[in-house]
Amino acid sequence: MATVEIKNVRKSYGPVEAIKGIDIAIQDGEFLVLLGPSGCGKSTLLRMVAGLESITGGQVVIGGRVVNDLEPKDRDIAMVFQNYALYPHMSVFDNMAYGLKIRGVDKAEIESRVAKAAEILELGRFLTRRPSQLSGGQRQRVAMGRAIVREPAAFLFDEPLSNLDAKLRTQMRIEIKRLQDRLGITSLYVTHDQVEAMTLADRVLVMNHGVAEQIGTPLEVYQRPASLFVAGFIGSPPMNVLDAVIDPSGQGVMMPGGALLPLARPRPSDANRPVKLGIRPEHLAINEDGLDTSPVLVELVEALGADTVVYGRLPDGEPLLIRMSGLPSCKEGDRLAVAPQPGALHLFDTATGRRLED
Amino acid sequence: MSNAHMTEPRTTGRRLIDLVPHIVLIVGVLIFAFPIYVTLIGSTWDAATIGRGSLPMTPGAEAWTNYSQAWSESHGERASYTPVRLMLMNSLIMALSIAVGKIAISILSAYAVAFFRFPLRMVFFWMIFITLMLPVEVRIIPTYKVVADLGMIDSYAGLAIPLIASATATLLFRQFFLTIPDELVEAAKIDGAGPLRFFFDILLPLSKTNIAALFVILFIYGWNQYLWPLLVTNSADMETIVIGITKMIGTGEAANDWNLIMATTVMAMLPPVAVVVFMQRWFIKGLVDSEK
Repeated sequence: MATVEIKNVRKSYGPVEAIKGIDIAIQDGEFLVLLGPSGCGKSTLLRMVAGLESITGGQVVIGGRVVNDLEPKDRDIAMVFQNYALYPHMSVFDNMAYGLKIRGVDKAEIESRVAKAAEILELGRFLTRRPSQLSGGQRQRVAMGRAIVREPAAFLFDEPLSNLDAKLRTQMRIEIKRLQDRLGITSLYVTHDQVEAMTLADRVLVMNHGVAEQIGTPLEVYQRPASLFVAGFIGSPPMNVLDAVIDPSGQGVMMPGGALLPLARPRPSDANRPVKLGIRPEHLAINEDGLDTSPVLVELVEALGADTVVYGRLPDGEPLLIRMSGLPSCKEGDRLAVAPQPGALHLFDTATGRRLED
Repeated sequence: MSNAHMTEPRTTGRRLIDLVPHIVLIVGVLIFAFPIYVTLIGSTWDAATIGRGSLPMTPGAEAWTNYSQAWSESHGERASYTPVRLMLMNSLIMALSIAVGKIAISILSAYAVAFFRFPLRMVFFWMIFITLMLPVEVRIIPTYKVVADLGMIDSYAGLAIPLIASATATLLFRQFFLTIPDELVEAAKIDGAGPLRFFFDILLPLSKTNIAALFVILFIYGWNQYLWPLLVTNSADMETIVIGITKMIGTGEAANDWNLIMATTVMAMLPPVAVVVFMQRWFIKGLVDSEK
């Protein structure tokens, strides 16, 4: 068990800078999720921590030791891969034991550690089987077993659930969460799936184009997205983003159609400033208290059972998503008066896309 | 297939169409098998019977005499030969050295080319590739000169070493290695396996069906070598079985011990057949599937 520190880490491929200086200190026992779209550099960052990719600049410190120039095997980490990467010719037992054998751990110790891991992962019955005789979920458990028996300073997960079907993914996600709570081993977990990030993480590092857009707890990232990118990436369906202007008094924002939405905290210094206004679909409700809002034309209604997603259009042609709980109360062609819940407005700078703090 | 099709009565025309491929195949088998049958029968008659030019199509009574004479004696009734026992040993040593040597060298060079980044890697790869254009026959004179200067004429080393380098096997292994996922290599790195451990613990076991398939092909390749052994062996003690048979048949002027030649030929066929039969399961597995 140990802390992992990433200090201004950079990665360049020739003239192309893939990682542009990431800084984060991961606490002992913390579960950090690296979240971002394909090609954002999250896997590269993980592989630099693992030692599978060289570090162009900065330092990776594991357990107080700078590991930049250490081989993967000397970094005291274990990794779980997307395609499991099990040795096809070895039994489940040998797959888990291989790393320990190489390290010269004695036989009795190997057997007890593998037996323990197999018990935790419910793999006891499969120890003599080959990976090809196992299902995807079982293989992924073996891959985790291989990491557990090493008792490393940190676990590295590289999209471990991406090859599983949706149902199994949910189940394995819960297992990983339980496992990490039980073992308390510092973990870095790469994924592009926001649900995995929200459910597993103690903290989330949202990455885009090699830059850390935001580091925070899942709820911080959801409630106070630091940039338009984070706002759009976290949450499903995604946040509505509209062009708006702070009204001359600084008390509210003017919607394109002329509607005025009150701000939780007035911003007189920003009077008349154009902003990007973000409103989550779930924070919009059908207006019952008579606020002056623009009518939204309903174009499509998706009834999901527990929720209803309404695809609407504002009078100026901007699309607007509304998510309501329960069964639909409107139909296509209706005009709805909707208003955001108080305090649910997010303001972003039009040029930089950064959040305007309130 | 639909039921209607299944229950459709077979017309005579259809039956004929089904029959044709069978006939073609049977004729093919006969064409290939008949000479072998003649050889087998010939090895059971005495020299005089065969010499008259009217070989019976049924087994004779001289099998034991012919085989034991060819096996261990150095002369027949009409000429003197190297005993089959010796020639089989020579052929076996040569074919095994070639097959094992080729596999060992090519799997190592393929390992280097496929998994390591080193200066001039592609240059070396292309150099290996280009040697495909230079079979033994093309480079036989310079090779002979080198082997002669090294004093390897009439030695097992001289027989086997010049034939060991193999671009084909190197390329086959390289292609196979390229199908091994990077993540498997990385998992081994994180588990702490160095290059040698990875090779012996993971790569070699994964390659075993490929190795088996190549072994069969290369053993037969080595066994059937003719031109090179002909050049590089002078003494009768070093003759391989393929050379021996040719020498037994002679130039046509001397009389031949056909009974002994037939027996020798039958014995010459046995080791390659044995290799194929024993390794057939692996051989086919190696060619057909890859367990990954």
